[in-house]
Amino acid sequence: MLEIKNLHVSIEGKKILKGLDLKINKGEVHALMGPNGSGKSTLSYVLSGKDGYEIDKGSISYKNKNLLELEVDERANEGLFLAFQYPMEIPGVQTSFFLRTAINSKRKYLGEPEIDSLDFAKSMRVVAEKLSIAPEMLKRDLNVNYSGGEKKKQEILQMSMLNPDMAILDETDSGLDIDALRIVSDGVNNLRNKNNSFLVITHYQRLLNYIKPDFVHIIADGKIVKSGDYSLALELEEQGYEKLSINQ
Amino acid sequence: MAATQKTIEQVNNLGNNEYKYGFSTDVEEIRPPKGLSEEIVKFISAQKNEPNWMLEWRLNAFKVFLKLPHPNWAKLNIPKIDFQDYYYYSSPKSLADKPKSLDEIDPEILKTYEKLGIPLKEQEILSGVAVDAVFDSVSVATTYKKQLNDLGIIFCSISEAIKEHPELIKKYLGSVIPVTDHSFSALNSAVFTDGSFVYIPENVRCPVELSTYFRINAINTGQFERTLIIADKNSYVSYLEGCTAPMRDENQLHAANVELIALDNAEIKYSTVQNWYPGDVEGKGGIYNFVTKRGACRGVNSKISWTQVETGSAITWKYPSCILQGDNSKGEFYSVAITNNKQQADTGTKMIHIGKNTSSKIISKGISAGYANNTYRGLVNIHSKAINARNFTQCDSLLIGNKCGAHTVPYIESSNSDSIVEHEATTSKINEDQLFYCQQRGLSSEDAVGLIVNGFCKEVLQHLPMEFAVEAQKLVSISLEGSVG
Repeated sequence: MLEIKNLHVSIEGKKILKGLDLKINKGEVHALMGPNGSGKSTLSYVLSGKDGYEIDKGSISYKNKNLLELEVDERANEGLFLAFQYPMEIPGVQTSFFLRTAINSKRKYLGEPEIDSLDFAKSMRVVAEKLSIAPEMLKRDLNVNYSGGEKKKQEILQMSMLNPDMAILDETDSGLDIDALRIVSDGVNNLRNKNNSFLVITHYQRLLNYIKPDFVHIIADGKIVKSGDYSLALELEEQGYEKLSINQ
Repeated sequence: MAATQKTIEQVNNLGNNEYKYGFSTDVEEIRPPKGLSEEIVKFISAQKNEPNWMLEWRLNAFKVFLKLPHPNWAKLNIPKIDFQDYYYYSSPKSLADKPKSLDEIDPEILKTYEKLGIPLKEQEILSGVAVDAVFDSVSVATTYKKQLNDLGIIFCSISEAIKEHPELIKKYLGSVIPVTDHSFSALNSAVFTDGSFVYIPENVRCPVELSTYFRINAINTGQFERTLIIADKNSYVSYLEGCTAPMRDENQLHAANVELIALDNAEIKYSTVQNWYPGDVEGKGGIYNFVTKRGACRGVNSKISWTQVETGSAITWKYPSCILQGDNSKGEFYSVAITNNKQQADTGTKMIHIGKNTSSKIISKGISAGYANNTYRGLVNIHSKAINARNFTQCDSLLIGNKCGAHTVPYIESSNSDSIVEHEATTSKINEDQLFYCQQRGLSSEDAVGLIVNGFCKEVLQHLPMEFAVEAQKLVSISLEGSVG
């Protein structure tokens, strides 16, 4: 699905990623853990194509395409989804309208007709209910005056409706209380199947109690320094980054 | 719905940056020589077979025009206008012998309106929109006439009204915008060529949206339309106007006067979607749009509401205003003004509170992109007798890029202490992170800008009649194409 080779990235001349390798196959869930400033969020922005990141070296292939050649919206419409750490507020744009616009953008890209309004409303209601999102929320302006937890649920709603091939969750657990954490995790688990992949970026092991990863990677100073299975996350939780000799 | 649907489809089909209404129509025109003189004023009046009192009125206005200086207080860079370099009358030849039905109208002209999405044929007008279409200087056809007649509603061209309803014209024309107001109002009064006239009788609620479509076709032609709307006691009318012009390298001049009069308990809702040719990316060509629009709430509990979406013109100079004379009368102004490339807009409103308990509301959204300059200029004036008057003003500006400008110039004059005047203003830049967020959800950068800007304008767009709101949303997006790299 996704293969990153020897990726070097800098922002305004400052080196952030320094030779990162990562391979994610179909049907796999990978967790990426690391201390603040290790390059976790940078990786999520580089994958989704945000401006301002200089690719100095390396390659990224996604679904056998050169990801770095695709525009932001092309990547999205090719099924790459980023659940933002800080979702944006868009005043005056109704949440449901935004969602429908996103779905229709993807359909247009794929040469499919626009989604039927009734089908859309119906499936949105079903998914929203599972995520404990009240129907009134869908009529409000996107993310405006939403609590932190509501914003994160909104991201999962969008992800579920867009049904991506490769989803990146950037610190989705930050700012969530235990109930919201469970709901958000359920949302991800419901979506998991043998054809899609997830990259779960997190600071804490807590989220991984709910979303069980197949692989855990530890990133430090712009590189993956250790990889393993779920037990690595537990080990990390117990000992901390420092004891595992990972530079903060 | 057919008319609107067609327009929307055409907008949808527009795949590039070009001004979609930029075609011109090949028709033979009747035109006197270029230039402005007493002779031209007489010529126009004669072409329209006007009664003598009208000619006198025009000639007087022309004298006033010659004496008045041009208003120069707007934050606009207006090149010197050579009034002698324009044609002041242009009429397709085939319209000279007034067509009696649509079958007699030059098919070329009908095609123009079809291209614009305004088919005139009765059978296509199912949408409940009655259309008066003005092609250069002449009103082409007024649809829906009979149905409106049965209710006593008069909806016709102003030229016809001058002949058929002289008592109303004499009573109301120039009663809201005096000839002597400023040079453009005097100029319009002298050389106005056509426009619409509406009279809604007492206790009648006009069942359809009335609409005028203005089109400048001929080269170097000034369009000076004059619209007069009177809503008698307890009546209601909603009126829409749309405007386009072909792409020309020369600047075309447009100086309209629109007067509204609302009597006791009457309400007038006036909506404009202005999409005159804005000039090219370098600022060459485009319409100079100098418009005076003013409504008088003469009766108690009367209400006038202006909604405008201004996306076109090289220069927009326009301040739709309300004079709130009647006690408890209400004035509203909802505006979206978008300037891109080298467009300039100086637009806003005046709310003059005279009666007791009068209230006004101003919501202005200015969007600037490219090298454009966009100014909100507004006056809230509260007379000493306007006890308990209220005003709320909100001006928001959105900047796209860093070479454009947004300016807010509110004037507030209050002569009594019982009144409450509130003013809020914000200026923001379009947020790169918002754009990125939308694009990450699959929207192209242009769709993302359109979505965010439409969200920014929502408070205004929702005041437009339904069908026009959809078209306006598309226009908002189209007029900003190319504004983000």
